[in-house]
Amino acid sequence: MSNAPRITLPAWIDIGVIPLVNILMALVAAGAVILIIGEDPVQAVQVMIQGAVGYDEGIGYTLYYTTNFIFTGLAVSMAFHAGLFNIGGEGQAYFGGLGIGLAVLAMDGFAPGFLIVPIAIAAGALFGAGWAFIPAYLQAYRGSHIVITTIMFNFIAAALMVYLLAGVMRESGNMSPETREFAAVSFLPFMHEVFAWFGVTITRTPLNLSILWALLCCVFVYVFIWRTRWGYALRTVGQSERAAVYAGISPPRIVLLAMCLSGALAGFVGVNELLGVQHRLLLNFSAGYGFTGIAVALMGRNHPVGIVLASLLFGLLYQGGAELSFEMPTITKEMVVALQGLVILFSGALAYMSRPWVEKVYLLARGGAERRAA
Amino acid sequence: MDDTILLVLRTLDATLRVATPLIFCAMAGLYSERSGIVDIGLEGKMLAGAFAAATVAALTGSAWLALAAAVLISMSLALLHGFACITHRGDHVVSGVAINILVAGLTIVLGNAWFRQGGQTPSLPADARFMSLDLPGAEAMAKVPLIGQAYAELISGHNLLVYVGLAAVPLTAWIVYKTRFGLRLRAVGENPAAVDTAGISVVWLRYRAVMICGVLTGLAGTYLAIAQNAGFSRDMTAGQGYIALAALIFGKWRPWPAFGACLIFGLLDAVSIRMQGVELPGIGEVPVQAIQALPYVLTVVLLAGFIGKAVAPKAIGQPYVKER
Amino acid sequence: MVETAIELRSISKSFGPVQANRDVSLTVAKGSIHGIIGENGAGKSTLMSILYGFYEADSGEILVRGAPVEIRNSHDAIESGIGMVHQHFMLIDSFTVLENVMLGAESGPLLSESTLAARTELERLEREYGLYVPLDETVGDLPVGQQQRVEILKALYRGADILILDEPTGVLTPQETDQLFEILKALKAQGVTVILITHKLREIMAVTDQVSIMRGGEMVAHRATADTNREELAELMVGRKVRLDLDKAPVAPKAAVLSAEHLGYTDGKGVQRLADINFTVHAGEIVGIAGVSGNGQSELLEVLAGILPPSEGSVSLGPITATPENPGDPEQRRLNGIAHVPEDRHRLGLIGKFSAEETAILGYHNNPAYLSGPLIDRAAVRADCEKMMRDYDVRPPDPVLQSSKFSGGNQQKLILAREMEKNPDILLVGQPTRGVDIGAIEFIHQQIVAMRDAGSAVLLVSVELDEVMSLSDRIIVMCGGRIIGEVAAEEADARMLGLMMTGIPRDKARNPDADIQVGA
Repeated sequence: MSNAPRITLPAWIDIGVIPLVNILMALVAAGAVILIIGEDPVQAVQVMIQGAVGYDEGIGYTLYYTTNFIFTGLAVSMAFHAGLFNIGGEGQAYFGGLGIGLAVLAMDGFAPGFLIVPIAIAAGALFGAGWAFIPAYLQAYRGSHIVITTIMFNFIAAALMVYLLAGVMRESGNMSPETREFAAVSFLPFMHEVFAWFGVTITRTPLNLSILWALLCCVFVYVFIWRTRWGYALRTVGQSERAAVYAGISPPRIVLLAMCLSGALAGFVGVNELLGVQHRLLLNFSAGYGFTGIAVALMGRNHPVGIVLASLLFGLLYQGGAELSFEMPTITKEMVVALQGLVILFSGALAYMSRPWVEKVYLLARGGAERRAA
Repeated sequence: MDDTILLVLRTLDATLRVATPLIFCAMAGLYSERSGIVDIGLEGKMLAGAFAAATVAALTGSAWLALAAAVLISMSLALLHGFACITHRGDHVVSGVAINILVAGLTIVLGNAWFRQGGQTPSLPADARFMSLDLPGAEAMAKVPLIGQAYAELISGHNLLVYVGLAAVPLTAWIVYKTRFGLRLRAVGENPAAVDTAGISVVWLRYRAVMICGVLTGLAGTYLAIAQNAGFSRDMTAGQGYIALAALIFGKWRPWPAFGACLIFGLLDAVSIRMQGVELPGIGEVPVQAIQALPYVLTVVLLAGFIGKAVAPKAIGQPYVKER
Repeated sequence: MVETAIELRSISKSFGPVQANRDVSLTVAKGSIHGIIGENGAGKSTLMSILYGFYEADSGEILVRGAPVEIRNSHDAIESGIGMVHQHFMLIDSFTVLENVMLGAESGPLLSESTLAARTELERLEREYGLYVPLDETVGDLPVGQQQRVEILKALYRGADILILDEPTGVLTPQETDQLFEILKALKAQGVTVILITHKLREIMAVTDQVSIMRGGEMVAHRATADTNREELAELMVGRKVRLDLDKAPVAPKAAVLSAEHLGYTDGKGVQRLADINFTVHAGEIVGIAGVSGNGQSELLEVLAGILPPSEGSVSLGPITATPENPGDPEQRRLNGIAHVPEDRHRLGLIGKFSAEETAILGYHNNPAYLSGPLIDRAAVRADCEKMMRDYDVRPPDPVLQSSKFSGGNQQKLILAREMEKNPDILLVGQPTRGVDIGAIEFIHQQIVAMRDAGSAVLLVSVELDEVMSLSDRIIVMCGGRIIGEVAAEEADARMLGLMMTGIPRDKARNPDADIQVGA
């Protein structure tokens, strides 16, 4: 049975090697599934890599997915640092998008772009935070299990959006449940447009300027959590509520703060999807990104650098997965969902399963090196 | 008057049918959580069981084989959860969420690969399913007003699995409070060190709890796929695993109160289905999405309103490490 | 020829790089009371855990009644007739006494089979050893002394004739301790072998026949109790001569800075934990609160520190006054020159996963000295942490090292440094030397006295009566959430304080003929 850690492994092994081993185990398990349904895992991997980074358009799509995962990954990690498991990213992203849509639809008739975009982003944050607020309040002041309430809120958001988009907000004359298209003044420029300003031509993809906003959020989250006193208070609550009270911190208030910031970050998915790509509010635009955020946060050890790397990996998997379901139709895109579950399992719950073997290899390698040096 | 009675009976009848998966999952969760293992993964285990049952029923045509398969699959997932939480002392909630997501994806991938119907399994004929059972004398009793009608409409005519689900509640109560196993189960969720120093294996006790949980969620999935419905469709559990967990918490981890909470949900669902298309005074027609969202809203209300701080088993969610 | 109950030969046990037991040998005679003494971390608990099957030794042998046995788990130990009463009770609070005793020793799969048999046997044991406990009460509702008796009954019920007690008196009054010793002597008279693990020299001298001393994971010496004394034992425990008394300048208190008036606290479950508390502390004095743990001292400390709100009355601390309407909070306390060293350092005083420097600002993270704009000024934090580590001899003096990696004594010194270096007007201290080795205890006591000499008002809460008596200028005794009385340090002795700790008022307790009839 696993006892207390036997040896202190150097930091680079703890932070670098063990997570890598965990991902590999998830991938091997996924490969086994592919074998079970009668396909070739090696070929599948090849198709995925080719589809994700083998050509310009693929790279663009990969990075476009990455943007969403950075937002939801940051959202989940913000809550994790305060000791909370925010599973409501789906609903918060969805509701945040509602805020963005409402802001744009209200203003795009008369306001200039440089006003609309920041206000829309703020609305996304506000609505995302708002959707996280009630579960947060119930956890902080009533002890209601936040995992269950946020999942319930995901379902409620879905029902709400169907009601709104099929009814009140639907563009008249259009049978699809979606709003009218936003006015062009609210569009976030695509990256291929931005590059064109500098005379460089790249393939058309959905990748847009929101990725810069995502990276900015990474910086903000890092500074907030590790370099400010509010971040210190957050981390203290996440480690020990009683110590937080001792230190003059109010855990309920921190729970609210962490969840609202988390919801706001999730709400930014709409900045990419709605302002950047779809240019209208439509059903299910946030589908799956919230849950991927959990895998990304766990894989990235709740640190912005890790989250960016993990988001890249999942962007690769999503784009590769889309390509894969095209080339090898037996393997549907839900394979990526299954893989997410495996990643969460190996990086989250079984994170230290591989530790004993890694320790053995490390000791062998070190012993070998010492013998050679002697 | 007669019509009203019939309406009430039919609604209660529907309540039982809707509540059955909740009852199975709530009892399943009870064993696990009383032993100290948080189980968010009831949803995933139920879904996996449903898929297994539907697949095996489609392939073999035997409802009983399907049930066996479902129980097997759910138990395997339960053991995986146990392995992560008990042996590797991983975070219980993360493990549960991982399993739910894994199952959500895997059932569709496998379903599509094997049946090519976009994740659904083929529609099942009646003899590959569990159908309603008529209890003896039901037809004759139906003529007797009130009691006879209740017998005929409400008590008789259910699926075998509904009866099994109802029986699971007193059985669970008896096991947990009147047997040696139950005493030890409750103890290990409160103070695993005390159990360890009494010479009992904490690990084996928890694994047994988790396996029972697997069996019951397998039954829940079987009911969903081949009794209540005629096959598996994607995400068919629709959050019922979480609702069952909320019912368990609301019932303070005790069998009969949890059962009561499941019935409340079932009743609400049964009533709300009848509300579709109905015009309420002052509001007009109730939007169908509001009705769909009702169970989820109720879950939140239950967790928020009446409990405050429900007292969970003291050692729940904490990995057992021998202190130095 | 005296029979041997237990023999341990060359037991060694490591946890990773830490060697908890190194080549330890021990012989315990049957029917004797054998003490094992050592500082925290000396390895005595590990040794007994191996004997009880909690751990397996890396090497060495165990012989029970002369025959070698393999003890791989608690079950094997119980089979060999070994029973253990742990320091932290292994009881299920929500079960009854009967259920707790039955757990693991049931007669069959159905509880109904076991209950009658268990009840009969327990009643017999109670009569034989004088260990009376109400069988159908919920254990969580019982007083601590009775809970301990349940633990002893559990062991005897399983047929133990070798009983290990691990630090049994930490939660008992002196009188309850005496009662426990009477029980141990009764057990000895019946042929039961008792092994007593403790760090309290007084107890070893009072009740044991033999004593073995451990230090740094090794067995250092054995003595017959009659042939040794406290000073020798202390020296063997630490490896050098130890001062058991403290040099203290006479007290010269000034103005009153802390004043409680009819202070009361009722907890969330409606239980009144503090009632009608009235006392003052002056600048330049140490007031010690004595009492058995669980009699309201912890709540008193937390109300004063702002962690809990008073339910009635008021308390003024320096410039602020806390009332039920206006309880304040720990941050307000700190801003007003009140510092708090918590009783439970692991849960409140530090964050294990934080680095030492992050622990060094716990509670002070809003202090402008540590901030520059919206950000934390890391250089300032590090410099301060280094200073604390120098001044209080915290080892290793590494601000980046994780807090959990420091030893108990060093952790406590860091926390004291953090609170004391702010030069508080009022210092609230709880259990300052719990789990701390003797060398650090001396240092910590000196620091507390130094604060008092520099003019701070110090309120000390401790369950170690010796500590309270040696540090305090005035001693207040609490029992059942009330103040029983106040005694000047010169007048106080352990017996008198012990009586007061059970609720007997001071004047009666002073009477040398006072007969103790302590409630069962």
